[in-house]
Amino acid sequence: MLDILLSPFMLRALVAAAATGLAAPAVGTYLVQRRLSLMGDGIGHICVTGVALGVLTGTSPVLAAIVVAVLGALLIELIRSTGRASGDVALALLFYGGIAGGLVLISLAGNSAFALQGYLFGSITSISAGDVWVSVALAAVVIVLCVTLLPQLFAVAHDEDYARTAGLDVRVYNVLISVLAAVTVAVAMRTVGLLLVSALMVVPVATSQQFARGFRSTMAGAMVVGIVAALMGVGTSAYVDVPPGATIVLVALLGFVATWPVGILVQRRRRERVPFPADPVAEHETVGETHGHEHGPHCGHVAVEHGDHVDYIHGVHRHAAHGGHYDEH
Amino acid sequence: MNDQVLTLADVAVSLGGRPVLRNIDLSVAQGEVVALLGANGSGKSTLVRAAVGLRPVRTGSVHLFGTPLSSYDAWQRVGYVPQRASATTGVPATVWEVVASGRLSRRRLLLPLGRADRAAVSAAVDAVGLGDRASQPVATLSGGQQQRVLMARALAGEPDLMLLDEPNAGVDVDSQHRIADTLAERAAAGATLLVVLHELGPFAPLIRRAIMLREGRLVYDGPPSGVVDLHDAQPFGGHHHPARSEPDFVPEVRAPFEGGR
Repeated sequence: MLDILLSPFMLRALVAAAATGLAAPAVGTYLVQRRLSLMGDGIGHICVTGVALGVLTGTSPVLAAIVVAVLGALLIELIRSTGRASGDVALALLFYGGIAGGLVLISLAGNSAFALQGYLFGSITSISAGDVWVSVALAAVVIVLCVTLLPQLFAVAHDEDYARTAGLDVRVYNVLISVLAAVTVAVAMRTVGLLLVSALMVVPVATSQQFARGFRSTMAGAMVVGIVAALMGVGTSAYVDVPPGATIVLVALLGFVATWPVGILVQRRRRERVPFPADPVAEHETVGETHGHEHGPHCGHVAVEHGDHVDYIHGVHRHAAHGGHYDEH
Repeated sequence: MNDQVLTLADVAVSLGGRPVLRNIDLSVAQGEVVALLGANGSGKSTLVRAAVGLRPVRTGSVHLFGTPLSSYDAWQRVGYVPQRASATTGVPATVWEVVASGRLSRRRLLLPLGRADRAAVSAAVDAVGLGDRASQPVATLSGGQQQRVLMARALAGEPDLMLLDEPNAGVDVDSQHRIADTLAERAAAGATLLVVLHELGPFAPLIRRAIMLREGRLVYDGPPSGVVDLHDAQPFGGHHHPARSEPDFVPEVRAPFEGGR
């Protein structure tokens, strides 16, 4: 039984899968933190153009994909940071441009769209020894940077404004995350395929953050989930005739679904322990600022029932009439 | 001029083409505790954000510790406490992790937290009364406690100048008092404080000087006792403007291409 797993092409596949399984969730944790979960998907779509460009020019599709992916990631970051379009609009623009560009270029190269299939869905069992080493080396760079620069990258992803006042060059770190994501996508292209790579960046993080208390533990947990899913997916495909890339993603999703009920319970227990704010009525705080008008049904402030009276939402305050003044509630 | 910690000279700030601040002249000397007051939308937050370089100034200049903002790099001396973000971020983070990022301005790249860093983070977490919650996810804290986490993050950097943006907004009374107490300790240690406030509240005993903004202009600068009866006393010019009764917030219209923030 073990013979199949130990055959050279299977060993190569396992090593490449392990590298992807570790690197993708490491970058993915930062993307989820920045609410750019679909960025991996966007870069994957751009990579289609890169692969087609590689085929058209007769150079390495992987190399071309890395170059185009990095350029695309920088473009996403540029659009996002200048605020010309929101992050998801910027991603949508590149999604469709990337796919359409790839299909046009591949047909210019005299190929049908089927030539892209190995990159869209992965072809890990046909990976060469040279490709494995490139994958492992690039994944190692991604993982080392993600782990060693964690304090800086966490600060920037968590609170960009604060990071700026801590003297960090926010733009450099944002670009770095984008480039790391682009490299990871290009590396994972052969393992799980461009259309599924984002799953390996996001699903392990989603599984891990149900239980983790902190950022570092989320990332560590996600990397464990990622490598387990990658190895189990490839291993399964050795015995059952299923595509390894899709199997890796399904295993990761199954892991999430299986842990979900437990995660719900953990989350609920944590929420129950959120302390209640101190009783504001007991303090009887009056509004300190000068107050331009009387609150009433037509004053323009949102009126909300609060026990036996009505509070008027006043920015971040709730004003309740009390005698000749207003109380803070 | 040497003991001026923060200087704004003829500063104007526009957001998306709309003038938000104009003709702001302000000097804060070392050790001063200043409250920045004004209605919602009067430009208080913008002034603080411009002071730390988060908003570009259209005209005028900002100096931190005598250095122009554009060439300022001693960020370990500055502690900025933003308003608590309404939503927590996608991935959980512990109190310790968030507070530890306050040490970044003092840490060397790629080196792990040193003993002094750990001590400072612990001290900051203890100072805001969250010592027993250091390993808890921030999302499981009350709003007031989350504001205290942001305060601890700034404290961890051991700053000489702290700028706080409405530290008591949406914060329970208990936390307001604790934040005020912590600030009083920092002030006693010689730190300079600029605090954006909607009302003085528990900060009142601490404040020596109050600055009031109205519609982007500085309309009062003096002892806090002069602020309360501002509408009647008119300490800044003879004529009387009728009090407006517009709602504080104008609903924002957003197009898909206008940007995510």
